[in-house]
Amino acid sequence: MKIKLKVNGENKVFDVKADEYLLDTLRKNNYVSVRRGCDNTSCGVCTVLINGNPAASCSYLSCKADGKEITTVEGIPEEAAKIAGFFGREGADQCGFCNPSMALTVYAMKKELVNPTDDDIRSYLVGNLCRCSGYQGQHRAIKAYLEVE
Amino acid sequence: MMKYVNYERPSIDGKGLMMGKPGYTDDLAEQNSLIVKVLRSPHAFARIKSIDKSKAEALEGVELVLTHEDFKRIPVTRAGQGYPEPSPHDKFVLDNYVRHVGDEVAAVAARDKETAEKALELLVVDYEVLEPVLDFEKAYENEVIIHDEPEIHEMFPIGFEPKKNVAASYLMHIGDVEKSLKECDTVTETTFYTQAQAHVMMEPHTVNARIDYQGRLVLYSSTQTPFHTRRIVAQALEYPMSKIRVIKPRVGGGFGGKQCVHGEMLVSAVTLRTGKPSKMVYTRQEVFESTFSRHPMRFDIKLGAMKDGTLKAIDVEVLSDTGAYGEHALTVFMVAGSKVFPLYNKVDSVRFGGKVVYTNRTPAGAFRGYGAIQGNYALESAVDILCDKLKVDPVEFRQKNMIREGETSPIFEIMGEGTEGIAMTMETCKLDYCVKRGMELIDWKNKYPRKDMGNGKVRGVGMAIAMQGSGIPYIDMGSALIKLNDDGFFNLLVGATDIGQGSDTILAQIAAESLRVHPDEIVVYSSDSDLTPFDVGAYASSTTYVSGNAVKRAADRMKQMIIEEGALALKVPVEGTDFDGMTISHGDKSISLKDLSNRLYYNEDQKQLVAVDSYVGTKSPPPFMAGFAEVEVDTETGHVELIDYAAVVDCGTTISPNLAKGQVEGGLVQGIGMTLYEDVVYSKTGKMITNSMMTYRIPTRKEIRSLKVEFADSYETSGPYGAKSVGEIGIDSPPAAITNAIFNAVGVRIKSLPVTGEKILTGIQKSRQKGEKQ
Amino acid sequence: MKINNYVKVSSVKEAYSILEGSSKATIIAGGAWLRLTPAEIDEAVDLSGLGLDSIDVNDGFVEIGSMATLRQVEKSDIVKSLCNGIVCDAAEKIMGVTVRNIATIGGTISGKYGFSDLITPLMVLDTELEFHERGRVSLVEFMDETAKIRDILLKIRIPMKEGRGWFETIKITAIDFPILNAAVTRIDGKTKIAVGSRPYKAVLAEMAMAYVDTCGKHDADCAERAAMTAIAEIKFGSNSRGSANYRKQLCEALVKRGLREVMS
Repeated sequence: MKIKLKVNGENKVFDVKADEYLLDTLRKNNYVSVRRGCDNTSCGVCTVLINGNPAASCSYLSCKADGKEITTVEGIPEEAAKIAGFFGREGADQCGFCNPSMALTVYAMKKELVNPTDDDIRSYLVGNLCRCSGYQGQHRAIKAYLEVE
Repeated sequence: MMKYVNYERPSIDGKGLMMGKPGYTDDLAEQNSLIVKVLRSPHAFARIKSIDKSKAEALEGVELVLTHEDFKRIPVTRAGQGYPEPSPHDKFVLDNYVRHVGDEVAAVAARDKETAEKALELLVVDYEVLEPVLDFEKAYENEVIIHDEPEIHEMFPIGFEPKKNVAASYLMHIGDVEKSLKECDTVTETTFYTQAQAHVMMEPHTVNARIDYQGRLVLYSSTQTPFHTRRIVAQALEYPMSKIRVIKPRVGGGFGGKQCVHGEMLVSAVTLRTGKPSKMVYTRQEVFESTFSRHPMRFDIKLGAMKDGTLKAIDVEVLSDTGAYGEHALTVFMVAGSKVFPLYNKVDSVRFGGKVVYTNRTPAGAFRGYGAIQGNYALESAVDILCDKLKVDPVEFRQKNMIREGETSPIFEIMGEGTEGIAMTMETCKLDYCVKRGMELIDWKNKYPRKDMGNGKVRGVGMAIAMQGSGIPYIDMGSALIKLNDDGFFNLLVGATDIGQGSDTILAQIAAESLRVHPDEIVVYSSDSDLTPFDVGAYASSTTYVSGNAVKRAADRMKQMIIEEGALALKVPVEGTDFDGMTISHGDKSISLKDLSNRLYYNEDQKQLVAVDSYVGTKSPPPFMAGFAEVEVDTETGHVELIDYAAVVDCGTTISPNLAKGQVEGGLVQGIGMTLYEDVVYSKTGKMITNSMMTYRIPTRKEIRSLKVEFADSYETSGPYGAKSVGEIGIDSPPAAITNAIFNAVGVRIKSLPVTGEKILTGIQKSRQKGEKQ
Repeated sequence: MKINNYVKVSSVKEAYSILEGSSKATIIAGGAWLRLTPAEIDEAVDLSGLGLDSIDVNDGFVEIGSMATLRQVEKSDIVKSLCNGIVCDAAEKIMGVTVRNIATIGGTISGKYGFSDLITPLMVLDTELEFHERGRVSLVEFMDETAKIRDILLKIRIPMKEGRGWFETIKITAIDFPILNAAVTRIDGKTKIAVGSRPYKAVLAEMAMAYVDTCGKHDADCAERAAMTAIAEIKFGSNSRGSANYRKQLCEALVKRGLREVMS
């Protein structure tokens, strides 16, 4: 069936199968920053914003997304660049595979939470796994980003 | 004074990757690639009697179906570790036997994923299901022989005895262990078990293939070893190496899991036979079941000491489980000794030996720590058991017995990786500082051994010391090529393989330091078998030390060339001419690098300046560390919370302190994961139960509340600008430090990993019952 | 998992008639874990757009629409006001935000998942469910039934009563399924104890509850005996997260803790 999505501000029409997931639809259409990690909601690397809320696109049916606004990291280039600056300073980028999803989730958190504590940050991002960094560098970077912004 | 080394610099690829730029293997596949899917064995051990592929082949959209009948029987090893490999050649591209659940049965190439998956369902396989060997303690000389095929072989003696299910075996000794144990006042004897651990890099194993305009096979692969991959694919398919190009794009983590070839042989076969591009992206289930994990091991360890706390003898027998194939079997086994036992170099005698056996489980392979983490857990736990028995302070015991700067251990000379080792003296070993500083960071004096927090919660602290290596001497080779361009900037071409650890970034810093130019003037390109010089790849903590030395040599050479060309341009003698990164000068005469470059390429004495050099280590200076854990144990539920972890590391100079810290923090958390959360669990029939990220748990950021990582001031003169390596050392200490802390908190000794609440609660109850009886 | 047709319905009635028409039709709720079910679905019925995602107070009940996401539940001040906010406490411990923005409370309850952290506290709050066809039924009764649901869950209704509540879940890592969870409330002088992830679905510890209410003194001894009663009446099983025996020990520890909290 045909679905209408607004991806990064652009209106798009995609022809999708009934059991197709948003991750596949997006990757097929060259939004390659959206990554496949675990395929069962456990890792967070497929995160996109759906109407502004971070969601696991690997487990969100494309049909269900019909009419919604989707943001991938390509849609927030300025914020992603800023966040990247903080990650870089802390040696937290590492393999980079999950980093677009980190940028999106951090960006959504900044909009959703006011003055989050260390625990709030950990809770908000707990589903965004990272196997490289040990999380400490990310945590320092995120705090620095929130302080400056 | 160093300018660009020990210099904070963001990784060169971090920003682009965070902004979503395509860079990983699947991002770079041809749009019309055939999708390759693999039919995988549902049985732990079976003989394939027949495969009927007619229905699958007839399905519209299916291009090719491959079974074992389509391949010549050429045994290879998938282990990327030099050549000839110390791993047995015991794997065929496809075989008529399947040896673990998830082993390859057949491959299908189709126009899309749905068609490929449908075709897999249409393959009719007749299996003769065989009795599997699932318990590694029953594998040796079992009547079931896992590898009975006549073609398989070892490349040189590694103790390979497939008829006994032995992939490799080893024995060494220094002094007379039996005799020294008899002379000791106290002897402890303990058995420890370590579990299989999955790498869980975020990017699944991915590969794609195409034929280029010259008719050559081009592979993009998420690999740690592009050059080994080229060689192994060529061997397996009997295809000329000269017609294969392997490109390593950005890699989404490896940790050793991409140190073996994975889908490269199958996509190559598909593309060579169809002429069409093809790709394979492993599902997460395939990553778990059909790649590799850490070798589970059993250690029977005896330590002997005198009343005054002098360690005299170490006697260790190890049994290691390599699973269905023998990748890295011998070398991981040996590292469990060679990069562990030199920590206590003052002993009279050491014995270390045992076997690596085959079982019908997912094969084991390389994994950060590579045996050292297993051995460290056994040794450093046993040391605390000994200290408890001797009633000596565990920190003081270590300070008395551990290796120090200027000292050596005879183990270095006897044990290498698969071969004999190299004698070496510790030019840098700041363990003493690491221990002292770690005690301060964790507040050992106030916290050791325990503190009752009330509400049934008790906190305890524990520690361990650890070492690793820096590449494999006389084996691991890295090389670098530096090219000066017009306008005065450089290309640095390296075979060293950036898999997210940031090697491109730090190698550019090393080149910049030698050339005195800003790192932004160095454009790095890594790991393309056609374009970059050879490097063994990202493993064995070799990149900073081995590849870094190669880069330094090449850059020093380039600097000399620039000086010579500058002198020529200035019409002055080379002697007395200098280059400061911007300008070549002699007395009051000078020319800028930019002008010199433009002159060289456009105006006079035209020539291309290229410097190339390589490096192979003559020793492997170990990085050292001391790790200190503070845990809180809930004595009612057995639940353990890691309160704090302090790690002080001696890795020589940190080329980039922020990236080095990231390496240690990341390693620590993988070690913490292995200690407290991670376990590869199988069903009774050999099916992996933990084959998804819902069932296999890696630490989340909620478990890791505080890590304190610091570096010792240290300068290793054999390393590039004083550096040793830092990739693996972080992972080694958590298992022993954390379980020692648990013992100090509640008196329960964990002898098999991972720690579970259940083991702790059972231990607490046992010691209570014991107390009541007394 | 295979889906043949995806239908975004415009009314609950339409959804129900599709369910009636085919045994292979399913309400998909958030759909977060749909891909883990092996079944083939003929019609996947999507209820979004029917306004079933609101959280309101009505007639002395907090009414949560079945399509409210776990994230909405967790952030709701109304839900937070119930018995020390145990429902929110449980919701926020379920995986990550990226999942809780998809998964719905209705999907969680309809699945009757053994591993659910959310069902356990709802059971000790006298929660009732409102279905399109069947009308209202208590959550406890619903959880006890084994028949497949061919109805549409509309609302989750929790009585607004003053009381104390306590919830704890024991997990290996924060986003893992629990080894065991337990919830305890004390409302109007009555105690309720529920134990979930045994690994079977959550149940009330009826005998332990009755014991507590007959205890003369609500002291440590009462909690201890109630916990012993609970582990005797509840059945536990083993899986890769823990053995039946360990779960029994956890249950004892948690029930004791919970009672101490709500009785203090």
